[in-house]
Amino acid sequence: MNEVLQFHYDVDGEDFTSAGEASVQIKKNLRQLGFPPDTIRRVSIAMYEGEINMVIHAGGGEADVLVHEDYIEMILTDHGPGIENVNLAMQEGYSTAPDTIRTLGFGAGMGLPNMKRYSDSLHIDTAKGQGCKITMKVFV
Amino acid sequence: MKISEIKKLLFADVLCNPQGAATEVFSACGSDMMSDVLAYVKNQAVLLTGLINPQVIRTMEMMDMKCVVFVRNKKPTEAMLRLAEEAGIVVLTTDMRLFEACGILYANGLGNTMCHE
Repeated sequence: MNEVLQFHYDVDGEDFTSAGEASVQIKKNLRQLGFPPDTIRRVSIAMYEGEINMVIHAGGGEADVLVHEDYIEMILTDHGPGIENVNLAMQEGYSTAPDTIRTLGFGAGMGLPNMKRYSDSLHIDTAKGQGCKITMKVFV
Repeated sequence: MKISEIKKLLFADVLCNPQGAATEVFSACGSDMMSDVLAYVKNQAVLLTGLINPQVIRTMEMMDMKCVVFVRNKKPTEAMLRLAEEAGIVVLTTDMRLFEACGILYANGLGNTMCHE
């Protein structure tokens, strides 16, 4: 596979129930392309946390997944409030999510740390009031 | 341990994918916090939880988990059962509390391999 395959998903910010649909879909696509199970799991978990974050904090956004021969790149873009302090947001347990989200099993301050845990590289481009663009790579 | 044995030990009902009862599983985790499941679970095939929302099933799908046990007589919604059906996840419910259900499975040999990466 020499050419780069690209998948685009819109993440609906209105519906917490449907969050994760893009991650399920990319998981299926990567399976069909024959990637190793561990790679697929890492990509789908990192992307799933990203999706959940977009729904909780930013009113949704967009996910683009570029499938290269030896790595998978995920670009998650939203137009939400941005992250004021990235270092703080990267700490396990730090969360600005409302209590209503915690009753749904999320908002424990593990989203960004989990994205870092499961990806090989994580880059966050954000500023307060200017949304967020997160680029993650998982190498095969 | 087979999923059918989990059903027996927890006096559980099977709500979805009964054909998966013969599947052999080796470990489990109990949590209502899906972020923690995503962070710390590794190769656990069974999730015990009292949390009811579709993200429970989605989280399991991401983690390649095989069986969910809803404790405290919590009943999953139709939407959750549809997601579980598609993902091939066996859905059980039991009257037991989370601590009790986990303890019974552990005492009967279902291992704990919680792995902090």
